[in-house]
Amino acid sequence: MLSEVNLKKFEDLKKRYPTTKALTLPLLWLIQEQDGWISQDSMKYAAELLQMPLSHVYGVVTFYTMFNTNPVGKYHIQICTNVSCQLRGSAEIVDQVCNRLHLKFGEMAKDNRFSINEVECLGSCGTAPMMQVNDDYYEDLTVEKVNHLLDKFSKK
Amino acid sequence: MHTEKLILPDIPNLHRIDIYEEQGGYQALRKALGMKPDEIIDEVKKSNLRGRGGACFPTGFKWTFMPKQSTKSKYLCANGDESEPGTFKDRAIFEFNPHLFIEGALIAAYAMGIQTIYVYIRGEYAKWIQLLQKAIDDAYAKNFIGKNVLNTGFCVEMYIHRGAGAYICGEESALMNSIEGDRGYPRIKPPFPAQYGLWGCPTTINNIETLANVPIILSKGWEWYSKIGAPKQPGTLLYGISGHVNKPGVYELPTGVLLTDLITTYAGGVPGNKKIKAIIPGGSSTMWLRGDELEGVKMDAESLKAVGTSIGTGGVIVMDEDTDIMKVLTRITHFYHHESCGQCTPCREGCGWMEKILNRFVQGEGALEDIDLLLDVADNIEGNTICALGDAAAWPVQSFIRKFRDEFERRVKKTPTIKKYIPPPHLVTIEV
Ligand SMILES: Cc1cc2nc3c(=O)[nH]c(=O)nc-3n(C[C@H](O)[C@H](O)[C@H](O)COP(=O)(O)O)c2cc1C
Ligand code: SF4
Ligand code: FES
Repeated sequence: MLSEVNLKKFEDLKKRYPTTKALTLPLLWLIQEQDGWISQDSMKYAAELLQMPLSHVYGVVTFYTMFNTNPVGKYHIQICTNVSCQLRGSAEIVDQVCNRLHLKFGEMAKDNRFSINEVECLGSCGTAPMMQVNDDYYEDLTVEKVNHLLDKFSKK
Repeated sequence: MHTEKLILPDIPNLHRIDIYEEQGGYQALRKALGMKPDEIIDEVKKSNLRGRGGACFPTGFKWTFMPKQSTKSKYLCANGDESEPGTFKDRAIFEFNPHLFIEGALIAAYAMGIQTIYVYIRGEYAKWIQLLQKAIDDAYAKNFIGKNVLNTGFCVEMYIHRGAGAYICGEESALMNSIEGDRGYPRIKPPFPAQYGLWGCPTTINNIETLANVPIILSKGWEWYSKIGAPKQPGTLLYGISGHVNKPGVYELPTGVLLTDLITTYAGGVPGNKKIKAIIPGGSSTMWLRGDELEGVKMDAESLKAVGTSIGTGGVIVMDEDTDIMKVLTRITHFYHHESCGQCTPCREGCGWMEKILNRFVQGEGALEDIDLLLDVADNIEGNTICALGDAAAWPVQSFIRKFRDEFERRVKKTPTIKKYIPPPHLVTIEV
């Protein structure tokens, strides 16, 4: 369920598009920004708001990789392993993060603090290797930098 | 050589609207609003501006496809999906000169009689979406966007549409489906977007950097602009250089700059002065070049075509002599397999097969026949799909086999593990 503030945002977005269906992505973003992920119940709720079948919402959610169909950690770490990052040592970054957190790609820590994933090129090839933590980019990574960041996130 | 930076000049705080205006910003829009729409299109046509989204299509010519009279709404989609590996230039425009892009999009809209602009930005660019939204808000406040732009009666709205992680949504028809609220499936063409685009209405799609060139052409004139860089594709380009160079990053230089200059003079050469084994000239979709082929090659559409590749997005990826390039090609092929939308069998299945075969070579398990099998799969994807993602997956593989066949041969397993095909037990062969 969207909060009142977010529901108002949703209503305001309507004037941008000639159809309600076009609000599918904007609405799913509102839901994910509020809840951190998109549950089955949220999908049903979205379908009602959009007056579209649930299959449409489900189809869209599962097509786009950024929509989380499972909860993610407080710090959701996504590491790029595509070509430019690969050339500048993303494998080392992956090893460091995975070993320190005792997690594999697609897993979440028991205390829900961290989850990690592999991602495709995020447009930081000139500042590779890189990772994204929640909305923020961390670029020109080294093992030391990664350690420092993980220390910080473990405390906060 | 022309060295002035036009799109990303070194002016502090240019992203702020007051500084942008101080530097002459939004004067091109003022000028445009005093011209006839056709005169603007003509100016852009004569400038020879070509699209910066990868296909190099002449921009002015594209704009003439839009019907002049239309009972339907018309739309402009600015393509900021920027998901091609090795490409990171549009984000620099959002960050350092967003108003140049906004101004260009507004001029384009006026020239084509468009009242709604959607800026499609990849979902991961949350920070850059915020930066651009701020710039758009400021432009609204100054009446450059809105119901009655600068009291000329021109009415235009600009909205950001956030993507959600899908490379394919950079393809123009997938992008439109994504705005309409659907899965990002490319559409069969024809009909082309100018006839049947967003919600079946006339639509033009242009890359962010393409639109950022428009105010420059209008204020300096097509003659001035067309003399910069390579004649058939003039202007400056935001080259992105990544991989094994000392100073990776975005460099704004004229089209047609020497590839070796770009790598050595601007990007600081290869670390440890190592030799270059291979480069990818314009984002992961373009054909590879061998290190010994780079001498004299210029970075523009025509010159790169002459050596069998293309300018693409201008994203140069450099690999030094110690690189395991088979692993690199395999990673790129994995990307296309992952990003294939799955509509066409050759792309959906073929990309997976190519990845599987390549993985055999990475593990030293390949067979000699696998090389031809791989080429056969690539050849059967190319040209047989709805959109160009299939071609984009095939080209790197085809060029790699042509140029680095020895890489395969030295990884061939002496006694291949591939067994003769034995049908599963439940299949019965019927003798006739
Ligand atoms: C798979 C695929 C991905 C694409 N991704 C992008 C992209 O991220 N940004 C972009 O501007 N063009 C992209 N394009 C090209 C667009 O389809 C389109 O040609 C371009 O946006 C037109 O703009 P231009 O004429 O200004 O270059 C892509 C094409 C394909 C086939
Ligand atoms: S070529 Fe690939 S990505 Fe393009 S429409 Fe076909 S399956 Fe989808
Ligand atoms: S390859 Fe990692 S950000 Fe582009």
